[in-house]
Amino acid sequence: MSAPARSPQELHDTIAGGIGESPLRPDGTLKVRGEFAYSSDLWHEDMLWGATLRSPHPHARIVRLDVSRALAQPGVHAVLTHEDVPGENVYGLKYQDTPALAADLVRYQGEPVAILAADHPEIARQALKEIVVEYDVLEPITDPERAAHDDTLPKLHAGGNLVRHQRIVKGDPAATADVVVSGVYEIGMQDQAFLGPESGLAVPAEDGGVDLYLATQWLHVDQRQTAKALGLPLEKVRLTLSGVGGAFGGREDLSMQIHSCMLALRTGRPVKMSYNRLESFFGHVHRHPAKMYYEHGATRDGKLVYVRAKMYFDGGAYASKTPVVVGNGTTLSVGPYDVPNAHIEGWGVYTNNPTCGAMRGLGAVQPTYAYESQMDKLASALDLDPAELRIRNALSEGSTVVTGQVVDFPAPVAELVQRLRDLPLPPEPAGERDIRELPGGASNTTHGEGVVRGVGYGVTIKNISYAEGLDDYSTARVRLEVLGGEAVAMVHTAAAEVGQGLVTLQQQIARTELGLTRVSVHPADTSVGDAGSSSASRQTYVTGGAVRNACRAVAEAVYARLGVPAEGMSLTGGKVVAADGAVVADLAELLGDSAIEETREFHHRKTYPLDPETGQGDAHVQYGFSAHRAVVDVDVDLGLVKVVQLDCAQDVGKAMNPDAVVAQIQGGSAQGLGLAVMEEILVRDGKVRNPSFTDYLIPTILDMPSMHIDVLERPDPHAPYGVRGVGEPPTISATPAIANAIRAATGLELPRVPIRPEHITGV
Amino acid sequence: MRVNVTVNGEHRRADNVWEGESLLYVLRERLGLPGSKNACEQGECGSCTVYLDGVPACACLVAAGQAEGREVVTVEGLASGDELDPVQESFVERGAVQCGFCTPGLLVAAHDLIERVPDPSDVEIREALAGNLCRCTGYEKILDAVRDAAAKKAVR
Ligand code: FES
Ligand code: FES
Repeated sequence: MSAPARSPQELHDTIAGGIGESPLRPDGTLKVRGEFAYSSDLWHEDMLWGATLRSPHPHARIVRLDVSRALAQPGVHAVLTHEDVPGENVYGLKYQDTPALAADLVRYQGEPVAILAADHPEIARQALKEIVVEYDVLEPITDPERAAHDDTLPKLHAGGNLVRHQRIVKGDPAATADVVVSGVYEIGMQDQAFLGPESGLAVPAEDGGVDLYLATQWLHVDQRQTAKALGLPLEKVRLTLSGVGGAFGGREDLSMQIHSCMLALRTGRPVKMSYNRLESFFGHVHRHPAKMYYEHGATRDGKLVYVRAKMYFDGGAYASKTPVVVGNGTTLSVGPYDVPNAHIEGWGVYTNNPTCGAMRGLGAVQPTYAYESQMDKLASALDLDPAELRIRNALSEGSTVVTGQVVDFPAPVAELVQRLRDLPLPPEPAGERDIRELPGGASNTTHGEGVVRGVGYGVTIKNISYAEGLDDYSTARVRLEVLGGEAVAMVHTAAAEVGQGLVTLQQQIARTELGLTRVSVHPADTSVGDAGSSSASRQTYVTGGAVRNACRAVAEAVYARLGVPAEGMSLTGGKVVAADGAVVADLAELLGDSAIEETREFHHRKTYPLDPETGQGDAHVQYGFSAHRAVVDVDVDLGLVKVVQLDCAQDVGKAMNPDAVVAQIQGGSAQGLGLAVMEEILVRDGKVRNPSFTDYLIPTILDMPSMHIDVLERPDPHAPYGVRGVGEPPTISATPAIANAIRAATGLELPRVPIRPEHITGV
Repeated sequence: MRVNVTVNGEHRRADNVWEGESLLYVLRERLGLPGSKNACEQGECGSCTVYLDGVPACACLVAAGQAEGREVVTVEGLASGDELDPVQESFVERGAVQCGFCTPGLLVAAHDLIERVPDPSDVEIREALAGNLCRCTGYEKILDAVRDAAAKKAVR
């Protein structure tokens, strides 16, 4: 069968600009014209529409499943259940524990039970209602702390209800200190809320395989899981990335991949699936809610002596990224601070709440909110300026983190805080104020009476790339050829552009390395080697490294073809140039009709698993650091908050595309603001109460203040070009900065985010 | 049913339209204009914003039948041929596009604002775009782009 009528585009806008410059996105014009093919835009003549039947219960046994009535509906072409899964009915990112379609037990509300394909999406939706499922409803397990410790609870999975427990012990875990503060902190369930729905088009192929066009973060991991469920060899399940409307971790787990392929293979027709917003809330994993018990001990002059913490992460029904959340959460648990003694324990558990997995800031968002709350509490106990306390304890190059790993790259934490402290504050409000700038805005709830201002800091440390011993690599293919008389490079990887600008960066690297203007980017697909996931702030580092390596191999091949030693040669302006500046050859002439193509991988330096008892080990490749200062106005009568200013300082190692770096910081900060004051999936008895954009609120343009952004560049000697992952840190440090500012304004404890009006007013 | 509508200046006809179909569905799936986006289909995000008889509306909330005989302009209709509208140009140049899923709706809303208010203040921009969610950008570059587009239009 042919490719879809609307399918992913090659990107070849040729806008000059190498590393360190800020060329425009090559997909920008397509996007503003409405011509960019997002996965929900795909279209194939003769295609059917798929739909999913989901469990209304968080915990139930399936006693009867009858699809005959649905199948008899006119316009319905297939109705499939777990019995129709051709291969293994189980998948998972870390643990293989998730059924493609539930067999005998459903473990969360929204779990897929059956799928069908029909001529029209409305026929499909109506036909779902004709599927008969009888459930024996069971009591849901909803308390993660109980799930961790109470062995009398029913077991949701064969191995019990514990996904991972990790302990970290550094120095003397029983150390004592002059000044001690403690607190219990909770964080609600946040959603990635990417705008582009989960969607894709599966096209059956003549060889008995299937071509899947979709939005994802990692083509190859989807391919592996999908092929296994379909019972097909890898090469028969080919994936191509379509336009992705944001991801933020929410596309790491499978959603419609296996389902659409099953329907396409069964019907012999292309099948498109596209979730609506309600289904999207049920169809992807969320950020882990957490409960954290913290105790900090310090000397009178404000040096940290110890941190003790226990943290519980609610993983929901399936493991997804819970093991990594526990790993990141515990290893980053004391923050970017020098802490000589620590005793940390983290648990990730199964419950019947919605499944939780990856979201921007994975595993670091939760402890950062807790330890940064503690830092403010400690500052107040010591009568110290909160910024000063952070500076006194800041990690620096050569410090040893809580896992015993030595920070062998720049770590300008104190400088980040100092720079924020030196920024001017917004003028104190005086006189008549524009109502639209007050908490409550145009709803005219206050004219300034009852409004108090507060300032707060948040600082974070985040690991970049996959950790704990994973060989986390990327592959790039670069071809150099002559088109229209000019030497042109084509970059081909399987790395997912999810909005972050990776396609721009691939061009920048190729332009710089090969001394060219014209560089195209091939649509990402599985016909080239694995690039790993667009997550963990790793793509610029890892795929950037792979593109660099492939370009350098291409350059070597050019010199070899010329028969000159590579030493001292370079490619500049379409010419081969010797060390003395003499032009040795014209690239286009040299290439002629025969292109040069090289494929290379990039592997980052090794990491190691944590010791299971002490949690010691060199678990992480690199750390990113960022800090925020927030200024808020709080209407203490109504509990309404207006973030007046949000400033950020971040070290990015090397700003490969400075404008894109700033854009990542702005966007990440907005998500952190959302978690601080509005974003939460409300779950009661395992059921989601607000699966819509009416009730799950994300920041609008009225909620985001202007930002001053201070980008530091302290190159990491171990990373390609010195880069340091950028995407996640700003999301993490924004939340505690805002929470601390609200506390500073109100004097309230506020041990939970999001902070809601009732938490401030106490009613 | 059959729906006749003028889209981006061209008369278009869609046959076999179901009662429940929205204008958004007809545009995207029947008329081959996927530019308007389907992010919530509940009138909450603004990604599907189009002009309906010259006034911005969420296409997902308009029943296809309601569009009969009316005039629709989608994001695909903002440029004239190869030449982008200043709003489109500024969104690209100012980095207001990341994943771009919110972009078509924002472009129509921003285009309308500048038509009505040629030199909008920041507060006016914020008010006008408050119904358009963007999850990627943090909005600051969108503000930059709208300011820039207004300035460009004033010169042209
Ligand atoms: S898709 Fe119409 S408002 Fe969201
Ligand atoms: S750019 Fe992705 S939602 Fe706005």
